[in-house]
Amino acid sequence: MLDTSNRTEEIMKSVAIIGGGVAGMEAAARLSKCGHAVTIIERNEQLGGRLNQWHALFPARKPALPLLMSLKQGISDGVNVIINAHITGIEKNEDGFAIMLNKNRVVTANTLLLTTGFDIFEAERKEEYGYGIYDNVITSVDLEQVFRSGKPIQTAGGKTPKRIGFVHCVGSRDEKAGNLHCSKVCCVTAVKQAIEVKEMLPSSEVFLYYMDLRMFGRHFEELYKEAQFKHSIQFIRARLSEAFENPDGSLQIRIEDTLLAKPLKMSLDMLVLMVGIQPPKKAGNILDMLKLERDTDGFVLQEDQYVSPFKTKIPGLYCAGGVTGPKTIEETLTEARAVAAEISEYLGRRRINYAGQEQYVMEL
Amino acid sequence: MINFGYKIQADRQVDYDAGNHRIFDFVRKSEPSIDWCMSCGTCASACTASASTEYSLCRLILNARRGMEDEILKSVYRCRFCGKCINACPRGVNTRNIVYLMQLAVTKISKHEI
Repeated sequence: MLDTSNRTEEIMKSVAIIGGGVAGMEAAARLSKCGHAVTIIERNEQLGGRLNQWHALFPARKPALPLLMSLKQGISDGVNVIINAHITGIEKNEDGFAIMLNKNRVVTANTLLLTTGFDIFEAERKEEYGYGIYDNVITSVDLEQVFRSGKPIQTAGGKTPKRIGFVHCVGSRDEKAGNLHCSKVCCVTAVKQAIEVKEMLPSSEVFLYYMDLRMFGRHFEELYKEAQFKHSIQFIRARLSEAFENPDGSLQIRIEDTLLAKPLKMSLDMLVLMVGIQPPKKAGNILDMLKLERDTDGFVLQEDQYVSPFKTKIPGLYCAGGVTGPKTIEETLTEARAVAAEISEYLGRRRINYAGQEQYVMEL
Repeated sequence: MINFGYKIQADRQVDYDAGNHRIFDFVRKSEPSIDWCMSCGTCASACTASASTEYSLCRLILNARRGMEDEILKSVYRCRFCGKCINACPRGVNTRNIVYLMQLAVTKISKHEI
């Protein structure tokens, strides 16, 4: 007679994903293809997260919309999506997790993946830059909206701006703003947006005020050089202390030109603030419900940065994307694929034996 | 006149709006590689003149960008065109031609040609 005590059967394996942005959608598509039951829980009315706000993506300046469509296509078959969801509580039990939602809904799953993303620095907090006070001070997110709208770039007074300045590191590398970290993506975004502005307004003068230019990614340096030689965009190593408004609505800035070691003043028609990435506040209560530890920068603490970057201290709970720090879309997608493989591996080890008891094939 | 011990300091501030950018524009027209400069300073560190004088091509290019003609006049003739800066530049900027064109621009300004 065959010894059946070690024979196992696969049981229902489910994954709940909180946050339907780039990371959540990509991970959902991969996990679904592996045969797991996937539920995406999204706070907003639509999926896509931050991708809904971007017009074109650095460095190749590919439009954001086709990527969004392709991500939606990836989850169109078999992924359960709950929108307008507000999480009221999360319970950890023997089977995994029970996520309580508004309208008395409960989602249960063997594993939970957090892809709740990041927050964008509120530019109003750098009051000295005048966002929300001076009409011609906008943020990089606002400018991306202008690009998306297809409308011409205009000052608040309806004029075509002749001089546009971009301020790097707004809310990043600024301990007074509560953020010591570098937001990583703003440097290349500024270069990308400056090129886009110059293409729309070839006779305009565009200035970038940077502390360091962190062109870390593949093809970023090429984009920087293109901004210089093709568009004559001027890079001034400086950090803005304060912006002032002239009576005509234009702006006056004073910076230290640190390469010349001299103070410099100039007028601008428009100022764009490169707002940084910071740990989530709104989604922060979800992290608190799970009693997730934060790292020194406020983002979620990874179990081990190298060995197990997606794992948390709670078995079966994973994190990926912007929730563990500033990332490019490319990196977020890579993380989503990697975490999907890891969750799949974790779920693959859950078996039920003939005695009806759940067991793990090996120590996790 | 009684000397009260006070003197008026010259304004160190760069006024970008008041600057005259004709030298930069003149150089750029014939030598567009001036736009490739990223102010790394390798040219100045390789330069024999900058070791013993105030001359720095890196700073000259910046002064031209900011429209600081007086600053350019102070040191633009220190260059002896040895060309070490061309070998040093990581971006392939035609540095020697830039200095030559800057000197030419200064001459043209004195003749009221630009």
